[in-house]
Amino acid sequence: MKQVFARPKSLKDVPTHYCPGCHHGIIHRLVADAIDQYGLQEKTIAVASVGCSVLLYDYFDVDTLESPHGRAAAVATGVKRSMPDHFVFTYQGDGDLAAIGTAEIMHAANRGEFLTVIFVNNTVFGMTGGQMAPTTMIGQTTTTSPGGREPLKAGYPIKMAEIIANLEGTAYSARVSVHDAKHLMTAKKTIRKAFDAQLERRGLGFVELLSSCPTNWKMTSQEANKRVKEELVPYFPLGVYKDTSAKGDEQ
Amino acid sequence: MSKKILAQGNEAIARGALAAGCRYYFGYPITPQNEVPEYLSKHLPEAGGVFIQAESEVASINMLLGAAATGARVMTSSSSPGISLKQEGISYLAGSEIPGVIVNMCRSGPGLGGIGPSQGDYYQATRGGGHGDYRTIVLAPHSVQENYDFTILAFDLADKYRNPVIVFGDAILGQMKEPVELKNPRPKTFKKDWALTGAKGRPQRILKSLYLADGELVDHNWNLYKKFQRMQKEVRYETLLVDDAKLVVVAFGSVARIVKTSIAMARKNGMKVGLVRPITLYPFPTAYLQELAQRIGHFMAMEMCTGQMVDDVKLAVMKTAEVGFYGRPPGSIPTPNELYEEIRKEYKRIS
Amino acid sequence: MAKVAFREERCKGCALCIDVCPKHILSITGTINRKGYRVAGCQDMDQCTGCALCAEMCPDIVIEVWK
Repeated sequence: MKQVFARPKSLKDVPTHYCPGCHHGIIHRLVADAIDQYGLQEKTIAVASVGCSVLLYDYFDVDTLESPHGRAAAVATGVKRSMPDHFVFTYQGDGDLAAIGTAEIMHAANRGEFLTVIFVNNTVFGMTGGQMAPTTMIGQTTTTSPGGREPLKAGYPIKMAEIIANLEGTAYSARVSVHDAKHLMTAKKTIRKAFDAQLERRGLGFVELLSSCPTNWKMTSQEANKRVKEELVPYFPLGVYKDTSAKGDEQ
Repeated sequence: MSKKILAQGNEAIARGALAAGCRYYFGYPITPQNEVPEYLSKHLPEAGGVFIQAESEVASINMLLGAAATGARVMTSSSSPGISLKQEGISYLAGSEIPGVIVNMCRSGPGLGGIGPSQGDYYQATRGGGHGDYRTIVLAPHSVQENYDFTILAFDLADKYRNPVIVFGDAILGQMKEPVELKNPRPKTFKKDWALTGAKGRPQRILKSLYLADGELVDHNWNLYKKFQRMQKEVRYETLLVDDAKLVVVAFGSVARIVKTSIAMARKNGMKVGLVRPITLYPFPTAYLQELAQRIGHFMAMEMCTGQMVDDVKLAVMKTAEVGFYGRPPGSIPTPNELYEEIRKEYKRIS
Repeated sequence: MAKVAFREERCKGCALCIDVCPKHILSITGTINRKGYRVAGCQDMDQCTGCALCAEMCPDIVIEVWK
């Protein structure tokens, strides 16, 4: 018998601080897998953002730069312009990218920066204790929308993958989830395509991953996983919104 | 043999950056410093560098953070309101010990204020400016030549201390034209074994300012503090006619430039007035002023705001000397006559 | 012929592996690890096909798979 599944080399063999059932662990592994498959560990510079994944450098065994909240796309622009032959990615949550960092991601995409952006959308500000996020669903109770999100007061959840797809400099924009085996396998391939956008110097590669947050959704990890499938996926449709690769399909 | 040209103040700053080996500039338009990005948008790519007009001052300081983290020499420039936007980024640079040069061509505030010169960002520049316990070296030119020279110096000091450095000019220093000798220094190189270059053949490097473990941040802050103590030796200042002075004016930047004429007028009328011009606003020439205050009993702080630098003068000398003050809010530039009148009144009062 | 091994000290008992196993041979075993989590494990190794979906789904890289 041979081992058919092992930890990716570029992920450190340490326990994580993530909550039980949090999808960060899965997504970290998928990204690290792609780094290993493309042989990029020694050429990668990661830009960590502020959120539950702020300690990214404790898990990814690559050179990492901390970024202020929301600014990762601008910080990564500086890194990549200075080190154009290195692989540079950001890893951001929905507060970081879709609230405070909206200008930075829009303009990095618009400029067509050769970056890969991993956007983890769990409809809530996780690290700070479960406040409403730009992607919080209508009616969703959070610590700052105690009666449930109301559109007249707080607007509607933002669909970032679609918005980013509409910018000229975006080479790849897609939305996936990791709530079951089939979707996880699709997510794997999608992440690799977002890597390709940078490696083939076509433009910005953007992947939005719908994710669960059992702790702040006040659910068990299995219930939270189910919520991704039953509530998030219908509102945030999965699919590829832009793909400029030769074999790409545009939706 | 270095070239001498007639240059605008903002252009001199841009030229200084290029001469220092800066190959990355990220900025945003704001009056009165637009000639800095405009000059670099043309000449930086010609020199093989990268110019980005970013979407905001916030984005540009963060791009600076990114490029500087890889070991590059990087600059951004702005003016007062834009510098306010950059404070978070500057705090992160200081906390993560990443070098960078930030140019503030001050304009009047608060808020949208005006577009004329001002010295009202003094507190912001010399007390860290952003959140947390940190300091940045602040260089205050008072001529176009110094705009050029101090920009080059800023890069060396930033790399030497792994800390952001501020070049503190103002609207008039940016707009005026004077001859500049374009000395071409061989840019100093610093070993940057902390830079993020890809973990090839070595362990991962992390550049961060977050320290959560018990006691870690205490240690980190003490280390930063010790660095800021070491930075004290970079103090620079100019003195004029202090040896026999009864009254010493303390002024910097464009106010110092104007007051030099006022002091000449005072001397002509028999008043023994001198000048101490801080060149580094941080570190402030506290030790020198303290020493001077042993034999000179009267100082007068003059600045283009309602009173910021005067605090540092008082802190330095008030144990043994008196400190007069003339603070002039921005909105128009004081004339040599106006400053001479204030000196004359103060001189009469102390005589 | 296949087998899985669970590094119980890393398991947080999230049970996502249990839901994803196509043979339904995983469950919360009753063991409590040092962090206080009720860990998952395989109850019927003979049925294991080595598909590794459990390992793919595990956020904490608890499971190793051999085929």
